Amino acid sequence: MADIAAPAYRIIPIIPALKPGAMEGKGPFVASDKINEAIGFPGHLADDWHDKAIAKMGDLLSKYRSLKVYMDACVHCGACSDKCHYFIGTQDPKNMPVARQDLMRSVYRRYFTLPGKLFPKLVGARDLTKEVLDEWHNYFHQCSECRRCSVFCPYGIDTAEVTMAAREILDSVGYGQKYSLEIIGKVHKIGNNLGLPAAALKDTLEGLEEDVKDATGIDVRFPIDVHGAEVLLITPSADFFAEPHIDSLIGYAKVFHATGTSWTVSSMSSEAGNFGMFIGNYEQLRTIALRIRQAALELGVKRIVVGECGHAWRVAYSFWNTLSGVGDGADPNDRFAQMLQKQLDHRYKQPTHICEFTWDMIQDERLVFDKSLNDKHIITFHDSCNVARGSGMGGYPGGQFDIPRNIIKAVANNFVEMDPSTTHERTFCCGGGGGLLTDDLIDVRVKGALPRMEVLQQVADEHGVNFMACICAICKAQFTKVLPIYGFDRKMIGGVHQLVSNAIKLGVK
Amino acid sequence: MSSIEVGGKSYETDEEGYLVDLAEWTPEVGSYLAQTEGIEMTEQHWEVINFLREYFEEYQIAPAVRVLTKAIGKKLGADKGTSEYLYGLFPYGPGKQACKIAGLPKPTGCI
Repeated sequence: MADIAAPAYRIIPIIPALKPGAMEGKGPFVASDKINEAIGFPGHLADDWHDKAIAKMGDLLSKYRSLKVYMDACVHCGACSDKCHYFIGTQDPKNMPVARQDLMRSVYRRYFTLPGKLFPKLVGARDLTKEVLDEWHNYFHQCSECRRCSVFCPYGIDTAEVTMAAREILDSVGYGQKYSLEIIGKVHKIGNNLGLPAAALKDTLEGLEEDVKDATGIDVRFPIDVHGAEVLLITPSADFFAEPHIDSLIGYAKVFHATGTSWTVSSMSSEAGNFGMFIGNYEQLRTIALRIRQAALELGVKRIVVGECGHAWRVAYSFWNTLSGVGDGADPNDRFAQMLQKQLDHRYKQPTHICEFTWDMIQDERLVFDKSLNDKHIITFHDSCNVARGSGMGGYPGGQFDIPRNIIKAVANNFVEMDPSTTHERTFCCGGGGGLLTDDLIDVRVKGALPRMEVLQQVADEHGVNFMACICAICKAQFTKVLPIYGFDRKMIGGVHQLVSNAIKLGVK
Repeated sequence: MSSIEVGGKSYETDEEGYLVDLAEWTPEVGSYLAQTEGIEMTEQHWEVINFLREYFEEYQIAPAVRVLTKAIGKKLGADKGTSEYLYGLFPYGPGKQACKIAGLPKPTGCI
């Protein structure tokens, strides 16, 4: 850890000088036999891995027409090349999105196009060798699937989908990543990414009730497994465990308390995050999402509200409807999805983001704040990639940008925007998204945070910004770790509902 | 798999040096693991390590940072029940670094 240093800020933020090979061999740990087999993947590379990998690639190309289009459509114009935070921070040319995709595209050409089959050298086609596979494992884990490059691609190529496909091929031959696959195993077994068993969860929630009572004198409940509650809160398990995440959980509880909303968390389904998306595996994505449906059916809730988690909101907003029946669009023959459809109260948006919930309550004047309680903070907002580019809020375009900012402005007096070329749909990833939030990737995480740190430094210098709010558990954990390396206080990062919690007046209405 | 050797006995660890079998842990192993993290163990460090092990035995997971700070505050005085105090003892994060020394599995997730 001691040898990890922050790269220097760029004086003029332009394309950095290239350092070929700078990030070679910096990939994450390979998943062990035990981790792989626990979730149904082959334990390790077997002799026939090559043929299996090519067969899997063929399978994905036939299943996902988008992937085939992305393989064929790129004209190497270079519009994406300097848009990636990992390229900017590492200067490794293979981290230019176009070049990273070409690690797969070159193999695609060799096995799936006529010129590549006949004249591989002429068209830049490559055999899938063990070296190429290692290169995939390395560089497809230096992409956080944040899709910033896709915003700038004139063909609309979704680079994240290429990364997901590469990871799925790696997993199918037993060569996936330890961090993500171990976490998926814990969700299946225990119900959350952390592996937090029900007893520990209950103990933590009871402790929070005591803490809030001590701090405010008010009995704010943190209910668990309550049948017949109106709202099921699905939030990242980090909210029960880590700092500053837990302060946002306290914020949600205070909002529910102040509005008289009956709510509960579920010990069986205590995770919003869904790493099935990070590894591009539909079956894993669905199995993880179905725990939420099961909990909702068992507890008989009327609404599902999702806490501050970036990729969870993308999964919830974009995929839960067909995966699980939360929202319209489930298969008419999917009995449990249809059952859930009938159970949920469709006067409300299903699912609802906690920011939508709080903002609705603010607009209905059901919450009272003392904004001066946040006066020690000069606040900016970091848009999290999956919320910004993979979802929406409020039922109108751009709602996912406005609503968190509206809440901040309703609960605090000092708000400053960062450079607009790094916010809204052009936001930079925190550097730890997409399954990269692991210590074995700390070097790439620190380097990938560079563009965000540069503009944060700018607003800190010009406006005295001392608090960066966000709505993502990964962003919170990543910044807690990397802020000190860039010379900031680790407590500078926190959730939007942490600010809500600071300012909310309880027992008033 | 890698391993470490303490007092003539070999202990299996994972890629990051976390003990694989927590039942094998002894205070000597803890001291050795602390050395690899560049931490000199004091009584204050051991208070935290012992609490972690007790909590793990009951709940099968390390405590949340907040639970840990509260417990330490109750035991050693409110001024020590802060995350600053814990970060002072375990600079790379009380969760991960202290768990390693205590022989507990590394907590992973979005933390």
